Amino acid sequence: MGKPTTLFNKIWQSHLVATQDDGTCLIYIDRHMVHEVTSPQAFEGLRMAGRAVRHPEATLAVADHNVPTTDRKAGISNPESRLQIETLEANARDFGVPYLAMDDIRQGIVHIVGPEQGFTLPGATIVCGDSHTSTHGAFGALAFGIGTSEVEHVLATQTLVQKPAKDMLVRVDGQLRPGVTAKDIVLAIIGEIGTAGGTGYVIEFAGEAIRSLSMEGRMTVCNMTIEGGARAGLIAPDDVTFEYLKGRPLAPKGALWEAAVSWWRTLKTDEGAVFDRTVVLDASTIEPQVTWGTSPENVVPITGRVPDPAAEADPARRAAMQRSLEYMGLEAGTPMTEIPVDRVFIGSCTNGRIEDLRAAAAIAKGRKVAASVNAIVVPGSGLVKEQAEAEGLDEIFREAGFEWREPGCSMCLAMNDDKLAPGERCASTSNRNFEGRQGRGGRTHLVGPAMAAAAAITGKLTDVRAL
Amino acid sequence: MEKFTVLTGVAAPLPLINVDTDMIIPKQFLKTIKRTGLGKNLFDEMRYTADGAENPDFVLNKAAWRGATILVAGANFGCGSSREHAPWALLDFGIRCIIAPSFADIFFNNCFKNGILPIVLPQEEVDKLMDDAERGANATVTVDLENQIIRGPDGGTIAFEVDAFRKHCLLNGLDDIGLTLQKQEKIDGFEQTRAQQMPWLVASRPAA
Repeated sequence: MGKPTTLFNKIWQSHLVATQDDGTCLIYIDRHMVHEVTSPQAFEGLRMAGRAVRHPEATLAVADHNVPTTDRKAGISNPESRLQIETLEANARDFGVPYLAMDDIRQGIVHIVGPEQGFTLPGATIVCGDSHTSTHGAFGALAFGIGTSEVEHVLATQTLVQKPAKDMLVRVDGQLRPGVTAKDIVLAIIGEIGTAGGTGYVIEFAGEAIRSLSMEGRMTVCNMTIEGGARAGLIAPDDVTFEYLKGRPLAPKGALWEAAVSWWRTLKTDEGAVFDRTVVLDASTIEPQVTWGTSPENVVPITGRVPDPAAEADPARRAAMQRSLEYMGLEAGTPMTEIPVDRVFIGSCTNGRIEDLRAAAAIAKGRKVAASVNAIVVPGSGLVKEQAEAEGLDEIFREAGFEWREPGCSMCLAMNDDKLAPGERCASTSNRNFEGRQGRGGRTHLVGPAMAAAAAITGKLTDVRAL
Repeated sequence: MEKFTVLTGVAAPLPLINVDTDMIIPKQFLKTIKRTGLGKNLFDEMRYTADGAENPDFVLNKAAWRGATILVAGANFGCGSSREHAPWALLDFGIRCIIAPSFADIFFNNCFKNGILPIVLPQEEVDKLMDDAERGANATVTVDLENQIIRGPDGGTIAFEVDAFRKHCLLNGLDDIGLTLQKQEKIDGFEQTRAQQMPWLVASRPAA
């Protein structure tokens, strides 16, 4: 037996191609997802250098950021969006990269498509030109976002030049109380460590509350790891993971599956392994969370109030809080449940999976969206949409007054037509509440899917447990 | 990639923490399929009013800093998305060096791929440079990568750290991919071993 080591280190060591004297490593990348926004310049770079894609079959292309969520038969009206998607199609064709077209039932947000197809596997290294690639860490894969130059590097070499990260353990002990979800766990963690708290780390999530989550919930937690500054989050794979993956189109089959599972069972942090930092939360103290400002760390329980910058000792943080409150149009001391909303967005790579839609539908069922609110539900993929329709969730949403849309990133980043007007306030299940994120001047409050549905019904931020 | 050796220029002060990638370059400008031309939309929502006019209060719109090549900013600069459009926009505007107490990881990496030098300094050193930057065009700053020294307008110097490999690549304007392709045999060898030890990781194409 060697020295006890962490899950991150095990995956890292098993992917080392070369190490330089200064500690810089060349690591092998098993899976690479590509979307239309961060790839055109990478393919262009390959073309200019006369290079091929080393492993097109380990690459999966799908358009998600720009796609319309309304009727797609009409095509894409914005010429730049259309060109970007046509460019992805052409690049996929020219370089032999598998591509899921906009009318393919499997199309959707890359981070929802990868797991659904079994493209995402435990112990693998997975990258994509998108910071929410951290999502795939829910499977015990080392998954992180990269820039376009690195996309080009992976396309050409199937490797990346990296330095090892530090190890952080976030342990969430005990059980969640009713009405509290994975989204609340991760928002509470970000509130605890801050938006830069994970910078330079890979975070392993552990503890009873994490173990008790479904794969959907684990993906929500790992998805938002980047909002805490860490490029990657990890959850050791277990029977929940294997059950989710078994039979997926690209997952191993037969004897290969058996061999894979026995390897995957070794993918956990050894007893006695040392982390550079450990953070412990008690799940039973976590309440439904909601953000009040323009950074994901600006979070409070729904039972709380808008905080007062005057109480912040650090001048830079105080200035940032004041700027946030001004942008958000909020007064310090206001109870969160007294803040009215104009829009509700349910979807994204954070909360656009079937379990999220079920949670929202359970709240929407038999109720009506407030007259003052426009609410949309955007499934994370064509398969999520199909499943939801098979369960009748679309009917529940429509009857309640929600719009039922086609899959894509949609109003999480508002690159398509789904965006907030200046001053509009939105309860959103997405991952970022930055200034202008959902549209210039738009005001975002991050919440979980049931909380978003509750806000749509009452017309203001609402404690879902009180509904 | 353009080499980075010694840079002397005007430093613009941006004393905000958590400057995110949506602030640096909002999503409506990510629809481009090129790397160039993003400079005019750098910090778009702070730099222009809703009707497209220049906001006279924003630092890069003031005469003293319109030609800035260095940015001095608050902690956690570049947090948020992986969009390399953020360093592309900075570069296209003319910024070649950013000095802050800390950076977000992905943005930090992306800078080096584009000939931009991000420098991490303790808060008190950043505060000093922020004061210098406030003096505008009358106070230029010199960043000497080879010697890892920043020279302020009054002759004082501040030493900074930089990863040796990244420094080497910046000084010589080296392309990562070319360097990695020299290790082709090692990659081939890794793939052969992986196919034996973890054959389930050998990818197969999705059904058409």
